[in-house]
Amino acid sequence: MEKPEILKGLVEVFDEIFENHNTTINETTTAQDIEEWDSLTNIELIVAVEKKFDIQFRSSEIETLGNVGDLRDIVFIKTAL
Amino acid sequence: MLEFTRLRRNLKKDFNGFKTVRVAILSDSSSQLLHQALKGHGYDRQLNYDIYEADYDQIEQQIFNPASELYDFAPELIIIAKNTHALLDRFYNTSISGRNGFAKKAAYDIQSLINKINGQLSAKIILFNFQEIDDKVFGNYANNLAHSFLYQVRKLNVLLMEEAQMQKALFICDLQQLTMLHGFHSALDNKTYINADQSWSLEFLPLIAKNISAIIESINGNFKKCLVLDLDNTLWGGVIGDDGLEGIQIGSLGIGKAFTLLQKWVKELKKRGIIICVCSKNIESVAKEVFEKHPEMILRPDDIAVFAVNWDNKVDNIHFIKSTLNIGFDSMVFLDDSAFERTMVKEAIPALEVPSLPEDPADYLPYLQSLNLFETSSYTMEDEHRTCLYKEEAERLSLQKVYQNEDEFLKTLQMEAEIAPVNTFTIPRAAQLSQRSNQFNLRTVRYTEADLEKIAHSPGYISFTVRLKDKFGDNGIISLIILKKDAQPSLFIETWLMSCRVLKRGVEDFILNRIVEMAATNHCETIIGEYLPSAKNALVKDHYAKLGFELEDSLWSLSVSSYKTKRAFIQNKIVQSEPA
Repeated sequence: MEKPEILKGLVEVFDEIFENHNTTINETTTAQDIEEWDSLTNIELIVAVEKKFDIQFRSSEIETLGNVGDLRDIVFIKTAL
Repeated sequence: MLEFTRLRRNLKKDFNGFKTVRVAILSDSSSQLLHQALKGHGYDRQLNYDIYEADYDQIEQQIFNPASELYDFAPELIIIAKNTHALLDRFYNTSISGRNGFAKKAAYDIQSLINKINGQLSAKIILFNFQEIDDKVFGNYANNLAHSFLYQVRKLNVLLMEEAQMQKALFICDLQQLTMLHGFHSALDNKTYINADQSWSLEFLPLIAKNISAIIESINGNFKKCLVLDLDNTLWGGVIGDDGLEGIQIGSLGIGKAFTLLQKWVKELKKRGIIICVCSKNIESVAKEVFEKHPEMILRPDDIAVFAVNWDNKVDNIHFIKSTLNIGFDSMVFLDDSAFERTMVKEAIPALEVPSLPEDPADYLPYLQSLNLFETSSYTMEDEHRTCLYKEEAERLSLQKVYQNEDEFLKTLQMEAEIAPVNTFTIPRAAQLSQRSNQFNLRTVRYTEADLEKIAHSPGYISFTVRLKDKFGDNGIISLIILKKDAQPSLFIETWLMSCRVLKRGVEDFILNRIVEMAATNHCETIIGEYLPSAKNALVKDHYAKLGFELEDSLWSLSVSSYKTKRAFIQNKIVQSEPA
């Protein structure tokens, strides 16, 4: 799957989990940009992304996520395997 | 969208107008997600769960400190969500020699928590049991060893069942069963357990919330009482009108076995007190013959309270069943293999529960069981005879048509009432009546057995039950009256409820005569009644007006000295208080 397509899929997940987030989600978006994005909703986010792309994250991968770009890149590598 | 996300998004919706239920959650692991799932599920059920969530791992501190936030909050229900992982950790910290007694010790500690709560609150307690994790230290041989975790956790779950059998205010949220049903691997989330001490998966949390809510709702009197069954391809394979008695499938051969299993289960439900009815498009005599004559049938004519078999549409027939039984649509379940019939019925009667039966009859029973439709918070031996009672009622109704004069009819019933104080023998049924009765219930106060025990022993209350017999049989305990002595001195009718089966028999007049007698004995000049409207009790809106009470500032009052005893065709039998 190509990166723009993955980003599009991620935006769909973000829209479900963070209703009315009023943010244009791109590679540089971080938890600071979305009010509801906290440690609890992050659990939801990870599970929803796993389900959407049929992949599994490792705990260490979740810890190193900085922004949506990082998330997209991990999905890219995992879906390419 | 994840089901969990859907529930969490419910939190932002408007809970206005929903019934509020105050719930405390105490847990030894992270409980924020459980909190969200329960609150969100409440929205689906039109319940506003007002939740106090204790800080992380504060179960003991909250319960043993009498000045804690828990007691401040004074919840109606307390959920104690203990986690198997925490239990396992405690087990590993126990010396090998102490492990044989681990379950007993853990059960004792839980018992202390429950006793402490009972001493301070009248809240019901919903206790999670433990997921039976096997740590695979011994493999299958764990079964051979009393000091294995597997043995101890299983034993603990049994000890909790025993505790629940003793404690009327204790209900078990059976997490082990739920885990078995859902699958161990998808019930647990290793990542969130390691990172956030939250071991239940997002997929599993909505199921826990649903399970908790089912317990709470049944405690609050919202549960299923009646199962209505279609016949062809639902209760047996094939079409009786086409295939004939020899042609339908039931019994041990082929697909017939699936229908036999379903019927056996329905029979068990009937024994538990669920009223079984039939609603089918067929020729009545042809359908009845199956119940009477087919050697493989498990359900027999006596098992069916109302037999609505004709060519009318099913919506009308279900209306007929409802009015015969005098229960609400929301306490009925309708089973039909035809998606067309189901849709038609569900559209006309949205409150009715209509499970979408799977295509394959082999899947009927496991599917129905997975829905947990018949949650209950009480059981008494009388339940077994409920279908029989409703059958008798159908006979009484047909007799009533013969007599023009109502008094004449009532006399022929040869009614005899037994007034008994609320005591050990009557409490289980009395508590159950208070939970089940919605229509003839003036204030809709729900009592647990523990509540009634307190009332029975309090000098400030007079309480009694009424059992009614007539020439058709024993109706069992049909009424609960709880009178509170007020300072005036007057008697306040805290609860007056009656089973709708005995409407229009003069039981109200008979009971009021008794209440007035009791008021006089206790030197009370006034009797005060109150009607608190609920969604279902419009039937008794004018109850006190009809009985001659006068309205004063939203309360109804009756003078004892000027009361004229009402005529009732019921013989009075007084049972003295509890034997030692």
